[in-house]
Amino acid sequence: MSALDLPHSFLLVPFFCYALAVVAALAIRRPGGALPSLLIVLGALTGALAAIDGLRQSEPIEAVAWAIIPAAELSFRLDPLGAFFLLVISVPAIAAGLYGIGYLNAAHGHGQPPRWAADALLGAFLASMSLVVLADSLISFMVAWELMSLVSFFLVIGDGHHADSRRAGYVYIVMTHISAGFLFLAFLLLLRNAGGADFEAFRAAAGALSGLEREALFLLALLGFGTKAGLIPLHVWLPRAHPAAPSHVSALMSGVMVKTAIYGLLRVLWEFVDAPPQWWGWMLIVAGVVSALLGILYALMERDLKRILAYSTVEHVGIIVIGLGAALLLESLGHAAIAALALVATLVHLFNHSIFKSLLFLGAGAIQTATGTRDLERLGGLIRGMPRTAVWFITGALAIAALPPLNGFVGEWLLFQSLLGLGTAADAVGIATLVAIAGGSLALTAALALACFVRAAGVGFLAQPRSDAARDSREVGRSMHAGMGLLALATLGLGLFPVVLFEALEPVTRSLAGATARPSLGLGGHVLNPDELAGSYAPVLVVVGLVALGIVPWLVARLLTGEGRSRVSPTWVCGVDLEPRMQYSATAFAKPIRLIFAALIRPQRVIEFKRPVSDFFVSEVRYEEGVHPIYERHLYQRAVGLLTVASHRVSRLQSGSIRAYLAYVFVTLVVVLLIAR
Amino acid sequence: MDPLLLAIQISLVILFAPLAQGIIKTSKARWQNRRGPSIFQPYFDLLKWLGRESVVSDQASWVFRLAPYIYGGAILLAAALVPTFARGSAAPGFGDAIVFVGLFALARFWLALAALDTGSNFGGMGSSREVAFAALVEPALLLVIFAVALPAGSTSLTALVGSGWPGASEIVAFLALMIVAIAETGRIPVDNPDTHLELTMIHEGMLLEYSGRPLGVLHWASQIKQLAILSLIAALFLPWGLADPASLGVAGIALGVATWGVKIAALGLLLGMIETAFAKLRIFRAPDLIGVASVLGVLAVMATFVVGP
Repeated sequence: MSALDLPHSFLLVPFFCYALAVVAALAIRRPGGALPSLLIVLGALTGALAAIDGLRQSEPIEAVAWAIIPAAELSFRLDPLGAFFLLVISVPAIAAGLYGIGYLNAAHGHGQPPRWAADALLGAFLASMSLVVLADSLISFMVAWELMSLVSFFLVIGDGHHADSRRAGYVYIVMTHISAGFLFLAFLLLLRNAGGADFEAFRAAAGALSGLEREALFLLALLGFGTKAGLIPLHVWLPRAHPAAPSHVSALMSGVMVKTAIYGLLRVLWEFVDAPPQWWGWMLIVAGVVSALLGILYALMERDLKRILAYSTVEHVGIIVIGLGAALLLESLGHAAIAALALVATLVHLFNHSIFKSLLFLGAGAIQTATGTRDLERLGGLIRGMPRTAVWFITGALAIAALPPLNGFVGEWLLFQSLLGLGTAADAVGIATLVAIAGGSLALTAALALACFVRAAGVGFLAQPRSDAARDSREVGRSMHAGMGLLALATLGLGLFPVVLFEALEPVTRSLAGATARPSLGLGGHVLNPDELAGSYAPVLVVVGLVALGIVPWLVARLLTGEGRSRVSPTWVCGVDLEPRMQYSATAFAKPIRLIFAALIRPQRVIEFKRPVSDFFVSEVRYEEGVHPIYERHLYQRAVGLLTVASHRVSRLQSGSIRAYLAYVFVTLVVVLLIAR
Repeated sequence: MDPLLLAIQISLVILFAPLAQGIIKTSKARWQNRRGPSIFQPYFDLLKWLGRESVVSDQASWVFRLAPYIYGGAILLAAALVPTFARGSAAPGFGDAIVFVGLFALARFWLALAALDTGSNFGGMGSSREVAFAALVEPALLLVIFAVALPAGSTSLTALVGSGWPGASEIVAFLALMIVAIAETGRIPVDNPDTHLELTMIHEGMLLEYSGRPLGVLHWASQIKQLAILSLIAALFLPWGLADPASLGVAGIALGVATWGVKIAALGLLLGMIETAFAKLRIFRAPDLIGVASVLGVLAVMATFVVGP
């Protein structure tokens, strides 16, 4: 231990802060108190420090909190993978905590929970998420996982007075328990194989799983964690639940909570089984492509800013899962070095997404605070009333659209390189085709994300306001700007110096893939895994080039024709006065994409004419437009239908007679005894 | 990275982009049995715009004023990355082929955002169509890059420069890239560069609210973008007569520039011919054509595996 290392017990500090925040929030219960939020910021800060320290430790830190019975102890462990995810949780949490100070006071109505409840739940939410990535046994993992789900459920339903939020919470809690069900089955499978409930036993017994058990484990983990991550078609809860929560919690749910599912996939697929067959990688890539593409298309069809962001999370989870699939497939093919590169790409993108997605959610919250709406068709012109929020939001939009030199581009650039690496490692034309389709889809997704966020930023912030609320918008408070500014700065910083992340990820990939990939795309450039692939991207040089070459046209024009002149005048709209209604609306903006991809997203339009007097006189026209996802009808409605029928059948058992129930108990006992004999 | 090479390349690109535009226009005129304006007309137009007063909408924010220069900077940087007259990128340390695509996207983001800034519906129309069609073009462009990067084992634009006669995969990739070039430069049959008719326009719609100097800058940048894409085609598939960047001499540079000019002129003649020979597609037929480019791109990637590098 060098002098800079923190003592092991430091790991307790963030949890202590979160617990204090919960206690303070419950004890004070006074509107306007910033103490719980400050404690949350402190907890997140110390959490980030503990995570950075954990990444630098050569040995994992282990702790047993409580041994109920020998086989089922609550044990925790900070290893590189857990430490990295603790960092992913803590960094956006710092900003969310700061933002919460002002936001919770400003947020009025909207069915949101009272301030003390929001603060207490946020503290518990952060603590439980941090526990998930530290858990080192089946019991501690599932306890933390359930705690995380339940706390976030209460954050989603808010004060419980809004039917929409209650419905969102209901769908969320059902889906999240279906997910937990799959996970329980997966863990029971591991438990039976390993003979112990702690992760160390699972790891040791990784090779002992039989063929069928391994395939079952993969499918169960994919279904369980896929539901929590929001993979299509298991994502139905996500666009409902994330927007319903208070904005800084939405930021953490979308930016951070879905990542715990990715963490779970990494733990199970990389540590608890070995020698993954090729089809697992294929399956993950295909699932990722579907989620990425459909996610961003649905995002483009939405008008509600927070639902746009939630669907965009579905997209980014898809992108992350493509990366996971590429890494797994490369491992099956025996290319550990390129697999490590794919893991770096995946985790870098995962971290970056948690930053810019949180930033955009906080921006959406600021808009809602200032205007009382998140409907794009009622916004517009906010750049005049809220100039600083506009800068933060446009920064986030540039990052999420994967544009250089911000951090979104780094992850996608690395993913393209990993896919190319997969292409060079391909031993069959099938994999080459998969690479082409995944690469093409990734490019399509990135370009659609650009369309989506030009739409969100352009319709939301530019031109004329579409409602009085948007016209009267005023800038939000200082603490909210501090939260957004911090994340915007992180977006820029990680875009310019991604090497920081590559260094942090080295122990993670070494423990997972047994190899490291350290792409060095710093100032001087370039080469990445020199023997495998070479590409270059130097963010700082790109910025220098952009600034220098952006000045060139201005300079040339000045040299050729002297000082420029300009005049302000109304926009020309064919001789009439400009009205907000003349602007392209958010719906109109997405129309070309709706038409081009109609086969995928199935838009539906209903136009009804009311003609009470005669066919020639229309008194009223009703126009309705929307997207009705096919899986809701074909998958969920059928499942719910089956469930209803089945419950009716089962309800016949419920006769209400005490003798019948006693008979059930007796029969069950006999059966159990017979099985356990 | 060779500063001399970089300086020469940027100056040449800035200087010759309008000439490439003139060549295409003249080619189009000749195919249509017209005499057409002088081949140097684009220079006169640019000079006119740069010197004129700019009228800015009272709705516009800083986005509108800044966008032309970010657009120009991103496009110029992308043009600096592409190999033109030398065998290799002039700025290999800045970025590779994927960064090249990213810089185009950056330029598009700002222009599409600026088009929404004035509240005019024409701007919105151009912006909305541009981002939708570009979304289809980008996968095709990237798949072409994949198809040439897989055999080369690198995405560096220097490594991607072709080496002799094209193979099966490269021919397919070339066809895909030609369609991409037509779409990205806003030419018939995807877009019409010569009209301001609202039903058809894409790129021009976004420029409609610009005037004077910013308009000149945007037109210039679009011409540079066109030259960059044509240069990319030339570098990937017509790799002859390139100067050696390791030992830059006057003779090598002269030969390189001359062959580069011949290649661009030939591609320009081809584009002019395509513009004359085809009618503009109905706007929602264009995705079919661009889709063909993506399919060709997938085929090209598969071909690298089947046929071998």
